[in-house]
Amino acid sequence: MRHIISILLENEAGALSRVAGLFSARGYNIESLTVAPTEDASLSRMTIVTTGSEDVLEQITKQLNKLVDVVKVVDLSEAAHSERELMLIKVRATGKDREEMKRMADIFRGRIIDVTDSTYVIELTGTGAKLDSFIAALDAGLILETVRTGVCGIGRGDRILKV
Amino acid sequence: MTLTGAEIVIRCLQEEKVDYVFGYPGGSVLHIYDELFKQDDIKHILVRHEQAAVHAADAYSRSSERVGVALVTSGPGVTNAVTGIATAYMDSIPMVVLCGQVPTYYIGQDAFQECDTVGITRPCVKHNFLVKDVKDLASTMKKAFHIAKTGRPGPVVVDIPKDITANKCEFEYPASVQMRSYNPVVKGHLGQIKKAVQMLLEAKQPIIYTGGGVVLSDASEKLVKLAKRLNFPVTNTLMGLGGYPATDKQFVGMLGMHGTYEANMTMQHADVVLAIGARFDDRVIGNPEHFGGVPRKIIHVDIDPSSISKRVKVDVPIVGNVPDVLDELLKLLDDGAKAAPDVSDWWQQIDGWRAKNSLGYKQGDLIEPQYVVEKLYEVTQGEAFITSDVGQHQMFAAQYYKFDKPRRWINSGGLGTMGVGLPYAMGVLFANPGAQVACITGEGSIQMCIQELSTCKQFELPVKIINLNNGMLGMVRQWQEMFYSKRYSQSYVTSLPDFVKLAESYGHVGMRIEKPEDVVPALKKAFTEYKDRLVFMDFIIDPEANVYPMVAAGKGLSEMILSEDL
Repeated sequence: MRHIISILLENEAGALSRVAGLFSARGYNIESLTVAPTEDASLSRMTIVTTGSEDVLEQITKQLNKLVDVVKVVDLSEAAHSERELMLIKVRATGKDREEMKRMADIFRGRIIDVTDSTYVIELTGTGAKLDSFIAALDAGLILETVRTGVCGIGRGDRILKV
Repeated sequence: MTLTGAEIVIRCLQEEKVDYVFGYPGGSVLHIYDELFKQDDIKHILVRHEQAAVHAADAYSRSSERVGVALVTSGPGVTNAVTGIATAYMDSIPMVVLCGQVPTYYIGQDAFQECDTVGITRPCVKHNFLVKDVKDLASTMKKAFHIAKTGRPGPVVVDIPKDITANKCEFEYPASVQMRSYNPVVKGHLGQIKKAVQMLLEAKQPIIYTGGGVVLSDASEKLVKLAKRLNFPVTNTLMGLGGYPATDKQFVGMLGMHGTYEANMTMQHADVVLAIGARFDDRVIGNPEHFGGVPRKIIHVDIDPSSISKRVKVDVPIVGNVPDVLDELLKLLDDGAKAAPDVSDWWQQIDGWRAKNSLGYKQGDLIEPQYVVEKLYEVTQGEAFITSDVGQHQMFAAQYYKFDKPRRWINSGGLGTMGVGLPYAMGVLFANPGAQVACITGEGSIQMCIQELSTCKQFELPVKIINLNNGMLGMVRQWQEMFYSKRYSQSYVTSLPDFVKLAESYGHVGMRIEKPEDVVPALKKAFTEYKDRLVFMDFIIDPEANVYPMVAAGKGLSEMILSEDL
């Protein structure tokens, strides 16, 4: 099962490696990991996408809570939530492909943020699945480079993760 | 008052009432050593290898209710200390390890004796700190002691760059610690405890299974009260020995890979298991599928939620401090004076298993290791602190020395570190001056920290070393005999030193004991005539003695190999 875990942790040097080290030491999967400071500069918020059985997830949550730098842990995917990922993708845009790329970007509600004679950089936001399908919709030979931020997520409505 | 970082370190240790620091000096900690020199409150114990400093600090904690402190220099000082830190971490021992570091402006430049201390120790500490500003030093020290001893205890490393120990700032030791990210649970959930009581009262074939958590939280008396109130059988893990008095009739012995027949059978066939401060590890329950194959209810009390339902699914999890939870359990049992269930049939069955006498052995022409431990128990009247190394002798010590009190059995249970025995004995003696301390070891393990014989001379530590010398790495040899068709690959130790002469060369007393009839006189002599000396007793034992009963790796608890089967 895929899970999205949100963690509030002290914004201190080494806190990230404590979390990453825990996952590798205990053999847990990390599909993606993003981290940045919150509106409170002393706190960082990390989002980890992982997979595992219920038992494994229970252990992941408990082990994360045990880390001294970790303030709060929530499994976002337990209830209604929104998730987004940002992708920047550089594509070849020459000849008839140039128009096609623009059209594809529009269909997926992407934005072209850099233009040269032969390339576009398209910015696209959405769920991981949406980004995957955009990539699948393009001619693989035209993709020059992709970079993705990994998933970040937030609970819907009254579900609030705060200290 | 403005102090240097080094002065602050010493002041913090004084504030924490630290009386001994085990350590080894070096470039990065010279300022701290200079301040140690200028005061008398804290005594520094100079070891011969940093690993031993950490083991000694660890045993100081294990054998008392205080927090041991070690001090090592940067680079190799730290890497040598890592085995000691990992050993303490696996057994949840509170400890603070202060490490020197190269100056902040050299960090990351591959400076002389630089290593990434925080990175190297991260997976084997409860927490670690790198102090980057002298203003943070006092609060970091306070946090280190607080984290080490609260919740599930563990070692904490404080990495202090050399320039921080020279820089100055106002010193004030914080009275308390507030950390939003660290608030260990103390009280157990009352609803869960009520459920547990109900389950205990309905049990027909119960067992109380306890581990190191009972010893570490000083909950032995409460455990005895509960066990007596219910008349349930009690078993201890290797780490839990002494948590329940071994000579009590309700004690069925240690369980697990080398546990007694009655302990393992009682555990396997129990309908209700009350687990307290124990973690169902692989050496305890053997194969989890085999253990899980029997329907039973499990109540698990532990301060660490991640220990619960980790290897075995639990029916009633209770997260809390063991003594607090035991208090609640006892209170609920006494409310309305609930009658304990009738377990007389269960006891009859247990007594049947006991009748197997699974720890029986024959003392013949060669000295049997079990015999030495039994006689040691008699000569010391069960009052000694016993430290051990790792291997066959460790299991013999656990099986044949009956621990009636907690914190008397000091060994590396989780990590299984050979070489801990002698430095452990040192730490025990500093925490318990005047106590009888015996280190049960083997000729393999003792050589891993043999240099500490020198420290023992310097501080006149009257350790009694019981060297069960079979010329073999006994536990390795036993596995090779049983599972590798007697291909004894690298388990035979050649070119052993003459331990008698070696001990004498350090200024100690050495004895070699080769005949069974000499065992008791030698032990008596060591504990009377040489009471105040370190005595190295080299017992030449039966090289083929094996540890039984045994649950082979991957087997179930009721699939024991008994000595009589062979």
